[in-house]
Amino acid sequence: MLHRDMIRSIRACKTAAEERAVVRRECAAIRAAISEGDQDYRHRNMAKLMFIHMLGYPTHFGQMECLKLIAAAGFPEKRIGYLGLMLLLDERQEVLMLVTNSLKQDLNHSNQFIVGLALCALGNICSAEMARDLASEVERLLQNRDPNTKKKAALCCIRIVRKVPDLAENFMGSAVSLLKEKHHGVLISAVQLCTELCKASNEALEYLRKNCLEGLLRILKDVSNSSYAPEYDIAGITDPFLHIRVLKLMRTLAQGDADCSEYINDILAQVASKTESNKNAGNAILYECVETIMSIEATSGLRVLAINILGRFLSNRDNNIRYVALNMLMKAIAMDAQAVQRHRVTILECVKDADVSIRKRALELLYLLVNDANVKSLTKELVDYLEVSDQDFKEDLTAKICSIVEKFSQDKLWYLDQMFRVLSLAGNYVKDDVWHALIVLMSNASELQGYSVRSLYKALQVCGEQESLVRVAVWCIGEYGEMLVNNINMLDMEEPITVTESDAVDVVELSLKRYSADVTTRAMCLVSLLKLSSRFPPTSERIKEIVAQNKGNTVLELQQRSIEFSSIIQRHQSIKSSLLERMPVLDEANYFVKRAASTQATISSVKPTAGASGDPLKLPNGLAKPPPAPLADLLDLSSDDAPVTTSTPAAAPNDFLQDLLGIGLVDSSPAGGAPSTSTDILMDLLSIGSSPVQNGSPTSNFNPPSKAETKPAPVMPQVVDLLDGLSSSASLPDENAAYPIITAFQSATLKITFSFKKQPGKPQETAINASFTNLTTTTFTDFIFQAAVPKFIQLHLDPASSSTLPASGNGSVTQSLSVTNNQHGQKPLAMRIRMSYKVNGEDRLEQGQISNFPAGL
Amino acid sequence: MINFVLLISRQGKVRLTKWYSPYTQKERTKRLGTKEGEKDIYRMARIRERKTRDINPNQMYQGWGRPTPDAFVRRIQETEIEEALKRMKSGKAMGPDGIPIEVIRELSGLILTRGPKLCNFVEWRGYKVVYRRYASLYFCMCVDADDNELEILEIIHHFVEILDRYFGSVCELDLIFNFHKAYYILDEILIAGELQESSKKNVARLIAAQDSLVEAAKEEASSISNIIAQATK
Repeated sequence: MLHRDMIRSIRACKTAAEERAVVRRECAAIRAAISEGDQDYRHRNMAKLMFIHMLGYPTHFGQMECLKLIAAAGFPEKRIGYLGLMLLLDERQEVLMLVTNSLKQDLNHSNQFIVGLALCALGNICSAEMARDLASEVERLLQNRDPNTKKKAALCCIRIVRKVPDLAENFMGSAVSLLKEKHHGVLISAVQLCTELCKASNEALEYLRKNCLEGLLRILKDVSNSSYAPEYDIAGITDPFLHIRVLKLMRTLAQGDADCSEYINDILAQVASKTESNKNAGNAILYECVETIMSIEATSGLRVLAINILGRFLSNRDNNIRYVALNMLMKAIAMDAQAVQRHRVTILECVKDADVSIRKRALELLYLLVNDANVKSLTKELVDYLEVSDQDFKEDLTAKICSIVEKFSQDKLWYLDQMFRVLSLAGNYVKDDVWHALIVLMSNASELQGYSVRSLYKALQVCGEQESLVRVAVWCIGEYGEMLVNNINMLDMEEPITVTESDAVDVVELSLKRYSADVTTRAMCLVSLLKLSSRFPPTSERIKEIVAQNKGNTVLELQQRSIEFSSIIQRHQSIKSSLLERMPVLDEANYFVKRAASTQATISSVKPTAGASGDPLKLPNGLAKPPPAPLADLLDLSSDDAPVTTSTPAAAPNDFLQDLLGIGLVDSSPAGGAPSTSTDILMDLLSIGSSPVQNGSPTSNFNPPSKAETKPAPVMPQVVDLLDGLSSSASLPDENAAYPIITAFQSATLKITFSFKKQPGKPQETAINASFTNLTTTTFTDFIFQAAVPKFIQLHLDPASSSTLPASGNGSVTQSLSVTNNQHGQKPLAMRIRMSYKVNGEDRLEQGQISNFPAGL
Repeated sequence: MINFVLLISRQGKVRLTKWYSPYTQKERTKRLGTKEGEKDIYRMARIRERKTRDINPNQMYQGWGRPTPDAFVRRIQETEIEEALKRMKSGKAMGPDGIPIEVIRELSGLILTRGPKLCNFVEWRGYKVVYRRYASLYFCMCVDADDNELEILEIIHHFVEILDRYFGSVCELDLIFNFHKAYYILDEILIAGELQESSKKNVARLIAAQDSLVEAAKEEASSISNIIAQATK
C-alpha cells in the first residue's frame, strides 16, 4: 500500500477510534516488514511512519530503520532516511550517536547533494558530542567549491558553536573569507555565522571587529544600491533578508564600540532614509535599522531619525507595524524619554486596542512612561478602561494600575480613591499584598478612616462579588463601624449618608452568606461581626445568631471561630469591649520593608486569618523571621487545651498576650486599668472549656497552663502588666528566680537589662527577658535589637513589644529571647548585641558584648 | 533564531512540524506545573469570541498566491474548533522527543481564535509566535523575543511562494499527501533555525535536481528488475 493510500484511509475515518484502528493496522504491518528485513519498501514504510508520527502516535520502533536507510548507498534512501532522522529523533536520543559514523562518511561523499543532506541533518539535530566529533569535517566543507555546500556548512557551524562554544575560534577565519563571496545564500549564512561567533566568544568578536566590518559595509552598499534583481527582489527591495542580517551583525559588532559605530553611521543613515516604507519588507529593514541605531553609539542626528521612524510606525494603520513600534519604544525610553512621552496619547489608545498582543506591549510601555506629572491623568484613563476591558486583560491591567498607584502615592486620599475604584471594578484580580498594604495605610491615616469606611460601604452595596473589595470593606466596617454610622470625620466633598447599625450588620451578613465567598472572606466577616457586636451593643443578639449559624460549618476554621466567638459574645460581656478594641496602628514602614523582602510565595502563604487579625503587619522588632502566626490568632489559643499550650515555645504566651492586649502595650504606655482586666481576659480565655470562670478575681487559684508564665516577679516595672500580676498572685515557688537581673549593656543613651528564667528539667534552655530603657530626652523610633551568639548556642528572638522607646526612661520596651546552650555546664553564655534606632529621623547604631551572664546558664 | 515551524489547519490539525531546539521533558512539566501553565491551559480551553472566517471547501483547491479573498467563505462554528481541539490527543508526546502535543494545542488555541485584523504576533512563554494565514492553513514560526518579527513574516511568505511554485498553486491537500516534499523544501530554506537561501529560484533548482536524482535511481531500479525478469523468464 502506498503511503498516499494510507493517508487517504486515515482521512476517511469518521471517528477517532476508527483512526486508531487504521494506524494500529499500519504500524503492525510496518513492524512486520522491519522484522523481516524487507528492503524494497523500506522508504515507503518510513514515509508512512513519519505521517503517523505527525498524528501523534508513538513511532520509536522506526528509529533503527532510519539508520539503515541512511547507511544505504542510494540517494533516495538517504534522503528519506535523513528526513526520518530529523523528524523521529532529536539530540537527546542515544540512538543518535550511532549515526555519527554514517554522517562522517556522507560529509566526505563526492555527491554534493548527499553532503547537503548530511549537513542539514547535522545542523538541525546534532548534539554536543557529535558537534565535537564532526567539527573538523564541517570546517573543511566551508572551503568547498560548491556554494550550496558552503552555505549549508556555515549554518551547520552555527549549530556546532551553539552546542560547543569553545569551537568558535576555529571558524573565525573561514567565516570572514566567506563574506567575500558573491552568492547571496553564502553571504546570508556567513553573516549569521559571524553573529553567532560574536555571541559565543569575545575573542571572535574582537577579531571580527577588525576584519569584517569593511566587507559588511560593501555588502550592504551593494544590496541597497543595486538595481532591480529579479531573483532576490521582494516588493521592490533587493534581498531584504540579507539587509536585515547584515544590520544585525553590524549591531553586534558596534555595540559599545565608538569607532565601529562611527564607521557605520553613514550607511545606517542612508538605509534609514532611503528605504521605502510602504511594504512589509521595507518596514522590516527599517525596524532592524532603528534597532541598530538605538543599540550603538550613534550620533544624535541619527537617533532623531530613528525616533521619527518609530513615530511614523506608531501612527501606521497596520497592527503589525504598531506592535513593533511599541516594542522599540520600550528600548527608546532609556535613550530619549522625552521623545517617547510625546507619543503618550497614542500609546494610551493602543492599550485599548482590540488586539491582545498590542495591548500588552502598550501597557508595559505606558507603565514605564508614568511620572509625577502625568500619573493622575494616566491612572484615571487606565481605571476607566478597566471597566470595559476584556476579562483576560484585567489581571495584567489591575496589577499595573496597583503598582503605579502605590509607586506614586504621595496623596493618600487619591491613593485610597484609586484603590477603591480598582477594588470595585476588578477586586478579583487584586493580589493579596496589594490590599494588605491598603489596610496598613488606612490604619495609619486616622483622618481618612471615616471616609474610607463610608466609601467602601457604598462600593460593597454595588460590587459585592469582588473578593478583595469584600475583604477590605468588611475589615473596615468591623474596625471603624461607628464612623460609618455616625458620619465621623466627614471630608468637605463628601455627601453624608445615613446608615443604621443594623444596615452595617446586614451588609456584613450578606457578604458572609454570599455563595461565592471563600473561607478567608467568611472568616474575616465573622471577625468583623464580632467587632460590631461590641461597637453596636443593640445588634449583639442578632450577631450572636448569625455567628452561631456557622457552628456546624464543615470548614474547621469557620466552625472554630464561630464557636469561640459565640462564647465571647455570650459569656464574657465584661471583657468584650476591651478584647474587641480597635486594632493598634499598623507599622507601615516595617510592613513595606517586609513586603519588599518577602517573596511572592510567602505572601501567599501567610495564613488567611493572619490577614484578619492584622498579624503579618505586626512585627515591630526583632530579626526577620516568619510571624508567629498561630500565636497571633489569640482565639486559637483559647480553645487549645492545656497540654497543647505547654508544648508551645516558652515565649508563646507572652506573644499571645501582646497581641491580645496590644491595645495598650504596643505603644508602650499600658493603660491604667490594664492589669486587672488583662488578667481576666487571660483567665477567661484559657478557662473556656476547662473550669468555670471567675471573673474579676485576679487572685484566684488560677493555675497557668504554661509553666513558662511563671516569671520572677520584680523583673521589670513595665512588664508588670499581667503576667507578673499573675505569677506573683499565684505565688508559685520559683527555683529559677535565683538568677539575678543583670545590666547587659549601658551607654550614655541606652540601658538594657536581662532577666532570666529556666524551665525545670531543661537546664540548657534559658528564657531571657530583655528590657530596653532610653536614657536621653528624645524618643527613639524604629528601634531594632539584634543579637548574635556562638555556634554552640541557639537563639530565638521574639518580636519586641514596640519599636519606639519613649524618652527619659519613661517606660521601656521589652523583648524576649530564648537561648539554648548546647554545651551547658562546659561553656558559659556569651552574646554580641547590636541596637539600631532613629533619633529625630537620624540613624544611630550601638553595639556591645555581654559576658557578665550569671554562672550556670 | 527560529525555534520551531508549525503548520496547522483551520480545524487544528497539524500539517507540518519542525523543531530546531528541543523541548525537554523537564521544561514541559515545570511549565505545566506552575500556575502560569495552568492559566495557559485554561485560556486555551476557553475559546474566545471568534471573528475569523474559514475557507469554503471548494476554495481549498485554489492557489495561495494572493491572500484569501473574503468571498466564498463561511463562518465556522465556535463549537467546531472546540471539538477539534478536544479531539487532539492530550498528554500524547509528539514522538520520542517529548514534544508535547500540548504545545501545539495551546498555540492552536491562541492563534486560531484571533480575529482577522489583529497583528500577526502572539507572545507565548517568553517567545514570540509569528503566524500568517493562507487559505485554510496557518503557518507559525516561534522565534526568540528579540528577533525581527516583520522579517519572519517575510520568511513565511518566502516559504509559501516556493511551495506554490513547486506544487503549482499549492493547496492543503498537496501538503497532506506530499508532506515529505514540504519538509524537503523547508530544509532547503532553513537550517539550524536560520535562513539559508534568499533566492526562490535557487531553492527550486536544488529541489528539482534532487528529485531528478531520485527519479533516475527509480528508473535504474526498474530497468534492472526488468532485465532480471527477462533473464529469468
